[in-house]
Amino acid sequence: MEEKEMKLKQISIFLENKKGRLWKALNILSNAKINIRALSIADTSEFGILRMIVPKPAEAKKILEENDFVVKVNDVIAVGVSDKPGGLDSMLTALNKADINVEYIYAFVEKKCEKAIVVVRIEDIEGGIKALEEGGITMLSPEEVYSL
Amino acid sequence: MIWNEEAECMSAEEIKELQLQRLQTVVKRAYENVPYYKKRFNELNIKPENIETLEDIEKLPFTTKTDLRAAYPFGMFAVPIDEIVEVHTTSGTTGKPTVSGYTRGDLDLWGEVIARALTMLGAHKKDKIQNSYGYGLFTGGLGIHYGAQKIGATMIPISAGNTRRQLEIMQDFGTDIISCTPSYGLYIAEVAANEGIDTEKLKLRGGCFGAEMWTEEMRGELEKRLHISAQNIYGLTEIIGPGVAMECEAKNGLHIFEDHFYPEIIDPKTLKTLPEGETGELVLTTLTREGMPVIRFRTKDITALRRGKCSCGRTQVKMDRITGRSDDMLKVRGVIVFPSQIEKALLKIEGVEPHYQIIVTRPKQLDELEVKVEASPALFSDEVRHVEDVKKNIADVIHSEIGLRVNVSLVEPKSLPRSEGKAVRVIDKRNI
Repeated sequence: MEEKEMKLKQISIFLENKKGRLWKALNILSNAKINIRALSIADTSEFGILRMIVPKPAEAKKILEENDFVVKVNDVIAVGVSDKPGGLDSMLTALNKADINVEYIYAFVEKKCEKAIVVVRIEDIEGGIKALEEGGITMLSPEEVYSL
Repeated sequence: MIWNEEAECMSAEEIKELQLQRLQTVVKRAYENVPYYKKRFNELNIKPENIETLEDIEKLPFTTKTDLRAAYPFGMFAVPIDEIVEVHTTSGTTGKPTVSGYTRGDLDLWGEVIARALTMLGAHKKDKIQNSYGYGLFTGGLGIHYGAQKIGATMIPISAGNTRRQLEIMQDFGTDIISCTPSYGLYIAEVAANEGIDTEKLKLRGGCFGAEMWTEEMRGELEKRLHISAQNIYGLTEIIGPGVAMECEAKNGLHIFEDHFYPEIIDPKTLKTLPEGETGELVLTTLTREGMPVIRFRTKDITALRRGKCSCGRTQVKMDRITGRSDDMLKVRGVIVFPSQIEKALLKIEGVEPHYQIIVTRPKQLDELEVKVEASPALFSDEVRHVEDVKKNIADVIHSEIGLRVNVSLVEPKSLPRSEGKAVRVIDKRNI
């Protein structure tokens, strides 16, 4: 398996904690006909970070920046886990065994494939991919995620 | 070496006695010869005879830049125009310039105080002084010129500009001392580096820098890049400029030539005189100027006075480096804060845009200071803890600059107000 293909681009957007900012960011993507595959928000009392998986991350970044948003693009891994109890556990076990620290995860359930898609953010992404491969965990390529 | 040991090393009693005698004389001269002062004194029902002690100066009205402007051009002169041998003016960037008229005696005084200042820098008659202050109505150039002549040094009156030529002269003539603004000094160093001139090989050993606000960080840069001792000179057109005060080799404050200029520190809000050592607005009275005596001029410059014998041997009172102007001073939890300090701190941090806003509130008993900074790709991360670290780092850098904890808020890019004129940096929401 080629490692490169397993990395997925995630875009993160800085949101000031005030009314209408989340709507504004999503509205821009909506107008640009960019579909959001997965989304999560980390929020603090003062600001939020909107993280998303979109099919065209570079295009999304550009259009958001044109609208004065601060955007970062990072590599993440997507894993398809069985939509049943313990599904996530095997994945985390593999990472834990390899002593890989997870920064954050978020998941979404996809009806078409009856699997839960888990987005994992790891500092040591190469190490993470290796650990998951060794643990027999199926990762999803960007194409697979976008076509779901 | 000390240029005028008698004047510069006087005991506290001697200086006070001399100041009182000169204050009484100048107040009388101002009252009798300047209609503006006669009118102001009469309004307050003060006569020159009411000045019996130095503290009595507090009875006298302040003179502001507005007052001087209203008298434009020659309304503040205390002598007939035929006794005025030279005039200088401020740049007039904020309105009509203010004019200062010098008699022959005033020019002698100017030479005397600059001679003291240059001597503090270690200059003597064998030295070649390159004067890169502008010559003209601006007072920098000619002031230094007269002082250098007084000590008998060789004056190179090159004026400002033409930086390659400045460097060529410096190399060919073997310049010992330079005088210019600190920012021009840094520019000279930059051009030298570009031209491949090794400043360490230059004979240059001292720089007399003034006419603009500068920081200790800038001193470090000037000393490192030019291999000189960089010392601070202070003055202003309205009083005498430069030549009110100069830093000695101790480099921890500027000796005010207080036998000629009487300093006070006031609280710019209450206008009350503050005790020695407290920080406030510097107020100056010319004790010996003939052409244009000025009583209690509000300089707007913020400093503190410190008395005590200096390691250089001089006794004249020292003032701290000017850290800001009363126009933009904030007092937060009793601590004086200038937007410039916060700006300085922010600009040390990679990725911080030069747009920021300072908000002061008093939610309960205590003042809170919030600094809004625009988020940028360099400051932002997809991880909350990284963003929190960035905020903490900014707060730490500001803390080390102003000594207060502030709340740093990241705001979205271009969300802070932009201005074509003077930017509004401070919003004070306290009701005080």
